[in-house]
Amino acid sequence: MTSGITKVTTHISPNEQLIFERSQPGRIGYRLPALDVEELPIASLIPAEFQRDDDLDGMPEVSEVDVVRHFIRMSTWNYSIDIGMYPLGSCTMKYNSRLNERVARIAGFANLHPLADEEDTQGALQVVYELQECLAEITGLPGVSLQPAAGAHGEMTGIMIIRAFLDARDGAAASARRTMLIPDSAHGTNPASAHLSGFSVKTIRSTAEGLTDLDHLRELCAHGDVAGLMLTNPNTLGLFERNIKQICDIVHEAGGLVYMDGANMNALVGVARPGDMGVDVIHLNLHKTFSTPHGGGGPGCGPCCCTKELEPFLPVPRIVKTDDTYRLDHNQPKSIGRVKAFFGNYGMMLRALAYTLTHGNDGLREATEAAVLNARYIAEGLTSDYDKPFNNPPMHEVVFTDKRQSRKGVHTLDIAKRLIDYGFHPMTIYFPLIVQGAMLIEPTESVGRQELDQFIEAMRSIAREAVENPELVLNAPHETRIGRLDEAAAARKPVLRWKPATDHTDKHATA
Amino acid sequence: MANVPEDLHYSKDHEWVRVEGDQAIIGITDYAQNSLGDVVYVELPKTGDEFAANEPFGSVESVKAVSEVFTPVAGSVVKINESLADEPEKVNSDPYGEGWMIRLKMANPRDVDSLLTAAEYEDFTKAESE
Amino acid sequence: MRYIPNSPEERTEMLEAIGLKSAEQLFDSIPKELRLQRPLNTPAALSEIELLDKFERLGRRNAAAQRASFLGAGAYSHYIPTIVDHIISRSEFFTAYTPYQPEISQGTLQTIFEFQTLVCQLTGMEVANASMYDGSTALAEAVLMAERITRRSKVIASAAVHPQYLEVVKTYVQHAGIDLELAEFDEKTGQAGATLAKAIDDQTAALVVQSPNFFGCIEDLKAFADAAHAKGALLVVTITEAMSLGLLKSPGACGADIVVAEGQSFGVPLSFGGPYVGLFATRDKYARQIPGRLVGEAYDKQGRRGFVLTLATREQHIRREKATSNICTNEGLIALAATAYLEAMGKRGIQEAANQCLQKAAYVAKRIAALKGFSLPFTGPYFDEFVVRGPRSAVELLSRLAREKGIEGGIALSRFMTGRDRDFLVCVTETNTREQIDSLVSALSEL
Repeated sequence: MTSGITKVTTHISPNEQLIFERSQPGRIGYRLPALDVEELPIASLIPAEFQRDDDLDGMPEVSEVDVVRHFIRMSTWNYSIDIGMYPLGSCTMKYNSRLNERVARIAGFANLHPLADEEDTQGALQVVYELQECLAEITGLPGVSLQPAAGAHGEMTGIMIIRAFLDARDGAAASARRTMLIPDSAHGTNPASAHLSGFSVKTIRSTAEGLTDLDHLRELCAHGDVAGLMLTNPNTLGLFERNIKQICDIVHEAGGLVYMDGANMNALVGVARPGDMGVDVIHLNLHKTFSTPHGGGGPGCGPCCCTKELEPFLPVPRIVKTDDTYRLDHNQPKSIGRVKAFFGNYGMMLRALAYTLTHGNDGLREATEAAVLNARYIAEGLTSDYDKPFNNPPMHEVVFTDKRQSRKGVHTLDIAKRLIDYGFHPMTIYFPLIVQGAMLIEPTESVGRQELDQFIEAMRSIAREAVENPELVLNAPHETRIGRLDEAAAARKPVLRWKPATDHTDKHATA
Repeated sequence: MANVPEDLHYSKDHEWVRVEGDQAIIGITDYAQNSLGDVVYVELPKTGDEFAANEPFGSVESVKAVSEVFTPVAGSVVKINESLADEPEKVNSDPYGEGWMIRLKMANPRDVDSLLTAAEYEDFTKAESE
Repeated sequence: MRYIPNSPEERTEMLEAIGLKSAEQLFDSIPKELRLQRPLNTPAALSEIELLDKFERLGRRNAAAQRASFLGAGAYSHYIPTIVDHIISRSEFFTAYTPYQPEISQGTLQTIFEFQTLVCQLTGMEVANASMYDGSTALAEAVLMAERITRRSKVIASAAVHPQYLEVVKTYVQHAGIDLELAEFDEKTGQAGATLAKAIDDQTAALVVQSPNFFGCIEDLKAFADAAHAKGALLVVTITEAMSLGLLKSPGACGADIVVAEGQSFGVPLSFGGPYVGLFATRDKYARQIPGRLVGEAYDKQGRRGFVLTLATREQHIRREKATSNICTNEGLIALAATAYLEAMGKRGIQEAANQCLQKAAYVAKRIAALKGFSLPFTGPYFDEFVVRGPRSAVELLSRLAREKGIEGGIALSRFMTGRDRDFLVCVTETNTREQIDSLVSALSEL
C-alpha cells in the first residue's frame, strides 16, 4: 500500500444486551424535584376506566450508569462519517460539522415553542427566511418551502404542486392528464410519491449512453396524457443530462411540467442551477447536499423550490418579509395545504444555514468541484479492475458493475461485504436497477487523497481476491462482531420487539 | 438445470398449471423460485375470488424483491394453500408439490390449450437466460 | 475551505492525475450556456466566531424562549435529562447512515429495536415502526393504511383532533379517493361528540380520535373502538401529548387498531417545531401494511443475535408505486433521543413525571377558575392541558401577559377556530414551578 496509514481492522467491541435484559426492579436513573403543589388522588382527576392499570409493564428500570454504558457500548458497533468515508452513491455522506450542532442547540432556538407569537420569534423566522433566499439563489427557483421533513416528503409536495397547478390551469380537462413519466433509473421514492398524488407512472428508457432517451420521451409525450416528468440530474448513474433543456422543452410543449429530484445537487451547487435548465420544481435533501447529519436514519429536511408560477401552490404558512418584519402568511388560497404540523424540521434548517454561511458563496462552489474531482479520481483508479458501463465522464458519483468478478462467482454483495473488512462502509449496491450488479460510488468532497487511495487500493485488492481466493470474499465480512444475518428467516417469522416471555430471551446473546 | 415436469402446463410468466377435471392447481415453477431466492412471504387471494386469465392473483416475496403471480387460466378460487402462511419456503423446496398456491374452478377449460408444454417452457427459459 | 481535506495543491495534482488542466473542465459535460458565469449571490463565508455571534444574536431575538411557558397544543416543555443530548451527540450515532449494512450498524439497529419495543409498551400495541416524521404525518399515513386494509373510502375524524393534524390529513388524502368527514365535538364536555359514533357506516374505513384531544380532554376510547368495530371499521387513535401515556389507559388496551403519536414529549427539545418524531403502532395482523422502516431480530451463521431492517418489500425502494408509503429517511436520531429519555426515566420516571403534570395542571385550573372573570368552559377530564375562558379577548390578554409580565400564558383558540375569542389553551408540565404558577395566576388576576 502506498498510502501510509493503514486502517485498523479490529477494535474494542463490548457486548451489550437489550435494555430490558439489563433492567432490575427498583433501579432508577432520574430525579425530579418534589411535587410543589397539593397532591390529589388520581381517581379524583381521572375516571378509573381511563387510568392505566398495567404499571407500564415491561418498561425498563435502570440506573443512569446503566443507561450511559448501554448506549456508549452499542455506539461502538456503528460505522459513522466521523470514523471514515462512506462511498455511498446517492447519499452524499459529507462531514457533519460540530459547529452546526452548536448552532442548533442555542437556547433561543432550542427552547422556542412553535406557536409563540410571531413578534417573539423574529430571530427564528429570520433564519428560515434567509435559508429560503439562499436555496432560491442556489437552485434558480424563487418559490421555497422548508416545511417537508425529508426528501420523499418534499417530492410528494412537489408532485402535489404540479397536480394542483394543472387542475387549476386545465380544469376538468386535467383529469385526462394523469401520467407521470419516470426514468427507468429512478429512485423508488419517485413512483411512490407520484402515486400519492393520484398519478400513474410510465417508465422512460435510457440510452446506451446512460442518458434519457429523447425519442422515447417524445413518443410518450405524444399521448397527451402527460402531467410531467420526474428526473434526477445528474442522473442516478452520475451522468449529467446534457440535453436537459431539450427535455424540459419537450415536456413543456406537451403541456406538462418538469420535476427534478435534487438528491444529486452536490454536483451542481454554484456551478449550474436547475431553474436555468427549465426545471419547474425541485426538492432538496438538506441531509445530503447541506451536510445535516443522517442520524442513523433521519431527521432530514426536504425543501421544495419552484418557479414563480407555481409559488401560489406551495404549502402554508409561507414565511415572508415585510420591511424588517418576518411574518407567517396563511393567506394562500391556492396552496396544496399543510404537509406537516408547525414549520418543518427547524433544527435542520439552522444547521443548513450555518453550513451555507460557513462555506460562503465561493466555498460552496469549491465543495462542488472537490466532490466531482474525488469521484473522477476514484473512477480513474478503478477502471482497470472493474467494469464501468458508461463512458461519459461521471460527475459526483460513478457506477461500476460486478461483471468481471461474477465470472468467478463473486457478486456485488460479496464485494460490498468484503470492503467492510478493509475498514470502509460499502458503496450503494444494486441501485440503480437498470445496471446489473451495480456499485454506485460517491465519495463527496469530505474525503482526503490518502483515504481515496486507500479505498482504491482496497477495491483493487478485492478484485484480486475475487480471482485468487474467492472464498474470502464470498464469506465476508470476517472482522465484524456479527456475520451476515439470515434475513430470510427474519422476514418469515418477524420478531419486531422484545417480549418478557422467557422464550424470547436470547440463548445466543452476545452479552 | 431447473426441473420441468412433463405432465404440467406452463405460462411465460413462470407459473405451472395441473389440470384435475374442471379444476386447475397453480403455482410457480422451479425456474421462478430459483430466480427469486428464499421466499419469505406469499400473498394469496380468498376462496371465492374470481380472476380472468393472466390476471395477478397474489404475490411472492423474497427478502429483496416482490413479484406478482398471475393465473394462466380464468376461474374462481376454491382452495388456497394455507400452509404457505407458516412455511413459505415450501415454494422453494417443492414448487410443484407442497408449494402449490391456489386451486381454481376453471371458467373455461379450453384456456389450457394456449399454454406452453413442458418442452416449450424449457426452450423458453433457456432463451430467457441467454 | 476548512471542511475540504485536500489542499488546493493536492487538488491540482489530482486533476493532473486524471488528465485535466483545471477544475472548470470537470464540468465539461454541462453545456456552457447552462453553467453559472458568476459567483452565487449568497453571503460570503463567515468564520466560526462571526457565525456564532450572528446566530446567538438571532437567538436572543426570540423573546418567547426566555419566558416561563404554559404553551402546549402539540409541542410540550418537559425536562430532558442531561445524558440524552450526550448520547445523541455520540459520533457513531449522529453521523451514521441508515443501517442498510447490518454488520456495521448494530448500534443503530439495536436502539431502534428498543424504540419499537418501548412504543409498543406505551401504546399497548403489538408492533411499532422505526418512526415517522411527526405525529401529524403519522396520522395521515394511518388514514391511508386504514383505507388499504378495509378497502373503504370514508374516514370520520373528531373535530377535536389538533387542527394542524387535520390539515395535514386533508393534504394527504386529497388525491387518494378518501372522503374525510369531521364530526363536531361536544360543546359541554369538550370531548368528541355523539355524532362521531353515529356517523359510522359500512363504508367507513376508520374513526379518528385524539386523546387527550386538542382541548386537553380525555376521550372514551373504548366506546369508540366498540362503535367502529361494530361496523367493521378501524379505530385510529392519535396522541399529541405522549406523556399522557404514563398515566392513561393505553389505546391498545381500549381496542385501538392503529395508534399514532407525537413523541416530542420524550426527550426532544421544542426547537421551534422540529425535528420531532412520529410514533406508529398497530396489531401484528397489520404488520405488512405498516409504512416506514421496521427492525427485526436475526441470527448469523454462528447463531449470534443481531438486528436487521426487515419486511423491506413494503417499502418504496422495492415496491415503488405500490409501496405502503414513499417514506425513506425518517427521524432516526430523534427516535434515539426518545429511547434514551424513556430508558433514563424508566417506568417510575415516566409515571412520576406524568403525575406531576396531572397534579400541577389540576392545581392551576383550580386557581384560575377561582379568579373573577375566568372559568373552565369544558367539563371533560384532562391530563396536562385545559381550556380557560377569560373576561375578554384571549389574544389581547395573552399578549399583555407576555409583554408586561414575561409569561407565555397559553394559546388563543381563535388562532385555530372561529367563535372562541375568549378561550385559550393552558398547558402545565413538571417543568412549571410553583413560583411560575403563582406568577401566572396573580398576573391573570391583575390583567
